Amino acid sequence: MISNDMTWYMIILSALLINNIVLIRFLALCSFFGVSNKLETSIGMGMAVIFVMAIASSASWILWTYLLLPLKLEFLRTATFILVIAALVQLIEMYLRKAMPALYQAMGIYLPLITTNCAVLAVALLIIDYNLGFLNSLIYTIAVAVGYTLAIILFAGIRERINIAPIPEFLKGYPIIFITASLMSMAFLGFSHLFGL
Amino acid sequence: MNRWQVFTNGILKENPVLILVIGLCPTLAVSGSANDAFGMGLAATFVLIASNILISAVRKWTPDQIRIPIFIIIISTFVTIVDYTMHAADPVLYANLGVFVPLIVVNCIILGRAEAFAYKNDVFSSILDGIGMGIGFTLTVTTLGAVREIIGNGTVTLLNYELLNLGEGFKPALIFILPPGAFLVMGFLMAFNRLLIKRKG
Repeated sequence: MISNDMTWYMIILSALLINNIVLIRFLALCSFFGVSNKLETSIGMGMAVIFVMAIASSASWILWTYLLLPLKLEFLRTATFILVIAALVQLIEMYLRKAMPALYQAMGIYLPLITTNCAVLAVALLIIDYNLGFLNSLIYTIAVAVGYTLAIILFAGIRERINIAPIPEFLKGYPIIFITASLMSMAFLGFSHLFGL
Repeated sequence: MNRWQVFTNGILKENPVLILVIGLCPTLAVSGSANDAFGMGLAATFVLIASNILISAVRKWTPDQIRIPIFIIIISTFVTIVDYTMHAADPVLYANLGVFVPLIVVNCIILGRAEAFAYKNDVFSSILDGIGMGIGFTLTVTTLGAVREIIGNGTVTLLNYELLNLGEGFKPALIFILPPGAFLVMGFLMAFNRLLIKRKG
């Protein structure tokens, strides 16, 4: 659990390693299994997720604090957040295509995928649940996104080796990938209770 | 495709989790116990059926260009209903499922069925499709939960009744109800499913 009275490095450690968003909290699995077959694409996806997540959760924090809470519209939370995220991704895509073509080339194709990435919505909801202040929620969001990037890059490296390894016929494809993810998750589980978190 | 095929499609041939490999996040995250998994299955099934009905009913007036935002609004309405109902009816289950209750809105199974089926078919077929897919999802996620709970804790509880208890002598392998167990059991469930299909055809 994250709370406001934790120091910034404890928030980062908790989000990055101890409660890693993919391997421990089971979020963003679709893209984790979907685009991790090459190291290059997973780096691009990771960068895009960091970028979008930081903007999306700041926007939803501001909306929640200054619009939904004062107007007592808490029940609109889920609907508002998902629409804001979908619209934001569209805007970011248009802006990047126009203003920064090089960056768009590097991560443009991953942007539409992020709308359906459940981790973005999950983080927007979690910072509200944890009652974090703006700065803490930004730190938490970026740490979560870096945790995602770390996990997907490590996983892509392993998958490139799996592709050339001899594997029993009935485990080829998804089964062996899940078993690999299980072993990685076990490694990350080793971080639990670090510093009493 | 006749009505019966529409109904059974989601349970076996196009099982959303095992064959199409979508809806993974909730499947793995809530399968630590059969009870939580079953609750998640029911919640997702309700949203799936209700959104299929509504999307299919308004499909003739839905402009093609903005159909996805419309689907999302319809789905999130039903998710909010589930969210508040579950909070009132079963607070323990609600606390266990946590952020995954509002996250039903981004469950690819629901948006996927809206796009691939309800938007193109009549209301009655869409209900059947919703029920079939819902059963397929609930069965898979509950099986996963039951397997993990037996090995990891020696019990199976469903709807808060203890169905099975292996007793004191059983030494549970705790890892199965921890996160790595979810990936492991899922991998072997997929391999097993593949063997079954291979043997049949």
